[in-house]
Amino acid sequence: MTTGDRSAASAFDVNKVRGDFPILNQMVNGNPLVYLDNGATSQKPQSVIDAIVVYYTTTNSNVHRGVHTLSQQATDGYEGARAKIREFINASDDKEIIFTRNTTEGINLVAHSYGRQNIGAGDDIIVSNMEHHSNIVPWQMLCEETGANLLVVPIDDTGELMMEEYKKMLSPRTKLVSITHVSNALGTILPAKEIVKLAHAQGAPVLLDGAQAVPHMPVDMQELDCDFYVFSGHKLFGPTGIGILYGKAEYLETMPPFLGGGEMIKSVTFEKTIYADLPYKFEGGTPDIAGAVGLGAAIDYVNNLGFDQITAHEDELLRYGTDALSAISGVKIIGTAPHKAGILSFVMEKAHPHDIGTILDEQGIAVRTGHHCAQPVMQRFQIPATARASMAFYNTKEDIDALVKGIDRVLEVFS
Amino acid sequence: MAGLSDLYQEILLEHNSKPHNFKTLEEVSHTSEGYNPLCGDQISLFLKVVDGVIDDVGFQGTGCAISRASASMMTQSIKGQTLEKAEEIFEAFHYMITEPGGELDLDTLGDLETLSGVNEYPTRIKCAILAWHTMKAALSDDSTAVSTE
Repeated sequence: MTTGDRSAASAFDVNKVRGDFPILNQMVNGNPLVYLDNGATSQKPQSVIDAIVVYYTTTNSNVHRGVHTLSQQATDGYEGARAKIREFINASDDKEIIFTRNTTEGINLVAHSYGRQNIGAGDDIIVSNMEHHSNIVPWQMLCEETGANLLVVPIDDTGELMMEEYKKMLSPRTKLVSITHVSNALGTILPAKEIVKLAHAQGAPVLLDGAQAVPHMPVDMQELDCDFYVFSGHKLFGPTGIGILYGKAEYLETMPPFLGGGEMIKSVTFEKTIYADLPYKFEGGTPDIAGAVGLGAAIDYVNNLGFDQITAHEDELLRYGTDALSAISGVKIIGTAPHKAGILSFVMEKAHPHDIGTILDEQGIAVRTGHHCAQPVMQRFQIPATARASMAFYNTKEDIDALVKGIDRVLEVFS
Repeated sequence: MAGLSDLYQEILLEHNSKPHNFKTLEEVSHTSEGYNPLCGDQISLFLKVVDGVIDDVGFQGTGCAISRASASMMTQSIKGQTLEKAEEIFEAFHYMITEPGGELDLDTLGDLETLSGVNEYPTRIKCAILAWHTMKAALSDDSTAVSTE
């Protein structure tokens, strides 16, 4: 009841929202831009662009260094962003939020630091069949180095994780489970909480790849109870070059540093170096301060809209898009799990995804085509590639209509 | 700027739906694999060269219409040609695809000119050129897989 009142009071006005994203208001190849490649990277609201401009115009200085005013302001901005992120994902403490470059770096940090310290020959690392390459390759590298085994949980024909198989794989040998929260190629939302609970019952920690989850749904570290959570700022309406690793303090405290250098030390002599406390132990070198400030502004923007509105709008778009694409003869959606985020991967009988991509681009429609850095998913469905329309809250039903019209044009060319 | 109809010409679409020499060979003197890691296009090329002449040629693989049609047309154009002539065709094709606005060697290119529209689409040049680099690698006996990345 109250929900109804609230949504009535602040009805989601997608056109007003679009006005906040200057890049959307342009023509591409003679047509209004229809941006449906949000899974690759999202667009940035003016407030994020402004935050970066203001930072470089008025505040730029190095953090945690000088006693001068600008350095203090830059530090406040940087640490203020950390606090916003802590709150955004409901972590217990700011020190559990590590700034990285992106999701890939977060996973590599855990593989190098936690992995080398805790995983050895004969141990098992579990991933799924629908991981992005960034959640496969670091573990393969670790397995090669240590003699550990990489186990892969299969997925069914709809793109859902086969939980029974996962349960069978878990054992006292399991030393880490590293699984995506939302599949970038299929859109499947995985039962993260249950995955974590089952792994913990075997004493194994869990890393969740949240790159495709955080733009679409609220994530709560206390609720999920995962041990590591990684994501990128640029898919969350923030700038490129900044990402987040969340880790439970109990793990981060005992893990060795990743990159050695400035910023991550308490004291250095040639005899002995004492590492800094969390989170700085993992932030060697001057960080992307403007990136952190921009990401903080992006989180402010998302919070202001609210996930109630965002998920309601995106769910409606996904339903609309799924119905529209399903109705086109010769088009097949890949990834039909009941719980999905706004991703529509599809193939066409007569046209290869790259040809689809080129013909759509000619009409100003941006989609991603290829294997989406998830080749094992393509192998699972026995396809070389897909075309992927991935949505954000600023997309509209008109965008979907344009996509359908674009697909009609593909059918015309390949008739 | 070339439009879609310049890119997806009828002849290209025909080669895509019914590629020529889409086969493996029983007798192979030269072979190579081509792969585009960015998009996953993949081609296996088989050549039978007898006394310096390409006696037979076949290809297998997956890819978009442009890569498939380009491979099909390439096999047509080099079959029965000397290795020197195949090299000449390669050079003419490579120039056409990578140098927009350049003067084309139409005598050497023949039907291959149909693919000239690709040079207006930088993201698709890799698709068109894959089979050709694979041919060059096969003939140079370079056993490592070719990549257009």
